[in-house]
Amino acid sequence: MALPAYASAGQRIWHYGFRILCGLIFFYLIAPILVIIPLSFNAQNFFTFTPEMLALDPAGYSLRHYRDFFTNIDWQLPLWNSLKIAPMATLIAVTLGTLAAVGLSQSHVPFRRAIMAVLISPMIVPLIISAAGMYFFYSRIGLQGTYWGVVLAHAALGIPFVIITVTATLVGFDRSLTRAAASLGAGPLRTFWRVQLPLILPGVIAGGLFAFVTSFDEVVVVMFMGAAGQKTLPWQMFTGLREQISPTILAAATVLVAVSVVLLAVLELLRRRNERLRGLAPS
Amino acid sequence: MADATLTGPIPPAPGGAAARPPEAGPMLAADGTPLRLSLQRSLRRQKLRALLLIAPLLLFVLVTFVFPIGDMLMRSVDNRIVPETLPRTVEALAADPSPVPGEPVFEALLLDLAIAEERKVHTRLGTRLNYEWAGASSLFRAAGREVGRFDHYADQMRALDPRMGDGAAWAAWMGTPDAPGPLRGLARSPAAYDEWAALTAAAGRDPLDRAPADWVLTALALDLRGPLPPEAASALAPFDPAALERAPIRDIFLEQDRKWGEPGIWNAIRLYSGPFTPGYYLAALDRQLSPEGGIVLRPATERIHVFLFVRTLVMSLVITGFCILLGYPVAYLLASLPARTANLLMILVLLPFWTSLLVRTSAWKVLLQQQGVINDILVWAGIVADNARLVMINNQAGTIIAMTHILLPFMILPLYSVMKGIPPSYVRAARSLGANDWTAFWRVYFPQSVPGIGAGSILVFILAIGYYITPELVGGTSGVFISNRIAYHISTSLNWGLAAALGALLLVFVLILYWTYDRLVGIDNVKLGG
Repeated sequence: MALPAYASAGQRIWHYGFRILCGLIFFYLIAPILVIIPLSFNAQNFFTFTPEMLALDPAGYSLRHYRDFFTNIDWQLPLWNSLKIAPMATLIAVTLGTLAAVGLSQSHVPFRRAIMAVLISPMIVPLIISAAGMYFFYSRIGLQGTYWGVVLAHAALGIPFVIITVTATLVGFDRSLTRAAASLGAGPLRTFWRVQLPLILPGVIAGGLFAFVTSFDEVVVVMFMGAAGQKTLPWQMFTGLREQISPTILAAATVLVAVSVVLLAVLELLRRRNERLRGLAPS
Repeated sequence: MADATLTGPIPPAPGGAAARPPEAGPMLAADGTPLRLSLQRSLRRQKLRALLLIAPLLLFVLVTFVFPIGDMLMRSVDNRIVPETLPRTVEALAADPSPVPGEPVFEALLLDLAIAEERKVHTRLGTRLNYEWAGASSLFRAAGREVGRFDHYADQMRALDPRMGDGAAWAAWMGTPDAPGPLRGLARSPAAYDEWAALTAAAGRDPLDRAPADWVLTALALDLRGPLPPEAASALAPFDPAALERAPIRDIFLEQDRKWGEPGIWNAIRLYSGPFTPGYYLAALDRQLSPEGGIVLRPATERIHVFLFVRTLVMSLVITGFCILLGYPVAYLLASLPARTANLLMILVLLPFWTSLLVRTSAWKVLLQQQGVINDILVWAGIVADNARLVMINNQAGTIIAMTHILLPFMILPLYSVMKGIPPSYVRAARSLGANDWTAFWRVYFPQSVPGIGAGSILVFILAIGYYITPELVGGTSGVFISNRIAYHISTSLNWGLAAALGALLLVFVLILYWTYDRLVGIDNVKLGG
């Protein structure tokens, strides 16, 4: 979209105007996330920039909110709960989801559309409805307020993402590879472990990351399903935001932004690896 | 993919049909079975294997997700509490059409209420009926508290005959349904006695050792009005029912609360006496049943849900509109830049997408507050006076600004993937045929990008109408959605039937959109920024 040398004045104005407009939209997208990072180093208990901070005075900055985040039991307990719940929910979602995605990508699956619709539904149904339904049902079978209740609920919510990413990867999977493995004497299990899984691994990991983030970010379902003992980080942030407790929330938010930057980097690496493999494999 | 069906024990047939000798019968597989059968069997096996791979997950989602939601939706029509708590009253009312029923209904109510009080369910019943007739809750609570003192007959009976307070004598009179005693044939008392015996046994006591409750005696007293069957009369002798001084139960109720003598509560019980009710759905649409059974609007002060539904839809549409307005230029820019630059700029879209919802909501809370960053900047720049700081949070503006930001990536990603597939040569062709920039864009490029707008809009809209967290935190009272109302009914007002009905309506709406999305885009084509 480079501007040709013969562009008229109007075209020039439009060209740069459009880029400025896009720049503003990018600013809108990214600025709110970036602005909390300096604010989290605030030495005061304020949610805004103090004059000392604007003057770049070192006295205006401190790590006190981080100290609070990493030592206060009110934040540490939720953090550990999140770190205990999310991996288990991810494990369940990825195991079952990958199996099902492999099944769904076969060429003849009866009721494929309907099955797909059911499996994707946890992503579409409003969270409050999922939360209410699970709350009533799980309390009836005694799982409400337990670790496993929250894990099962979060696994169900993460499954659509695993299904979507893994089936998308399987579309580009070359079926003759499994046939080649079979013709060389490998059983279906061995073929899956040694041939298919390594090739679809980027999709599986991406799906796992989605499932992890879904559980790690989720707040509505856990507020209904969990007891105080299962309080997670987003839950604590939610209560904090409601009651305006302290800028420690901003420290927590900054830590989470760092986590998402890492996740994004991992995904980008996976995408590149995938592109490279696809580029090599004849399709 | 057609050759995928040839897995299994079939060797490759070189040349296929062409190599087959013309005189042979049906084509055979290597093991001698006809090829058609062999292929069918292989196809069936393949289908089965696919289903076996899917089954664990499907089962998991059905059990942990679909079934619980279906179960909750059942609550939206469930009215069993009324017929199960007031079985006798409901039956007696059916035979009594007058606005305020007569003595038989009050007699039935006394027994039902006494049993309900014993089981501690009368307050729940009152709560249920209170949704339909304000005042029912306090009426039932008070009546339940005093129902023990309603008893006009129990003391008289015990005074006349000591056996009336003896569990063993009652057991002999009543027997069991399988081995009936002499009083089994009476109308009310056997059922009342059984109920009491079951409750006593459940409390860990032996009904033979305990004196039956007052209401069991009352039931018997009511049964003893007419002529008795001979075996009952001889079993009770020498007790003489004629010696009881009688009084209408209705008067006792009216003395306790005059509301029992007004049609209101009786209408409510009559209208909501079935095991299922449309009441919650009507309430979810701000309507109710009139005494005549028609559907009428609720009083103006109680109407809120239709308003909230409309607000949710309108605000979701506004948010979707903003997402199109902001997402389209960005997606267009990304699709037209060289891949390297586009990938770099894509990070600016993907980082918000991957950042926790709570982080983004807290960011907006910090930015939009009256003492927040944006207001500070405006005041510093002199655009706004310090005492006239903008109110951008805890109202609709806050919800729209924050939700547009949160949902924007869901618009950009599908738009981008559609725009990537539009060949640039079309626009160049249009230009070479004499179209100016705008015509080339509007007549050639834009129509091809419409599927992306459709996909993104439905996705954003579906996600928006179910939002809960962001409106709750930045929406104040004027920016909340129907989801927030559902949460309120689940955790605060505890009107779960109404919450389920509201949820069902919202769910139907979402599912229609989901179906449309599946039709237009296909759910397996959802792009998640990969």
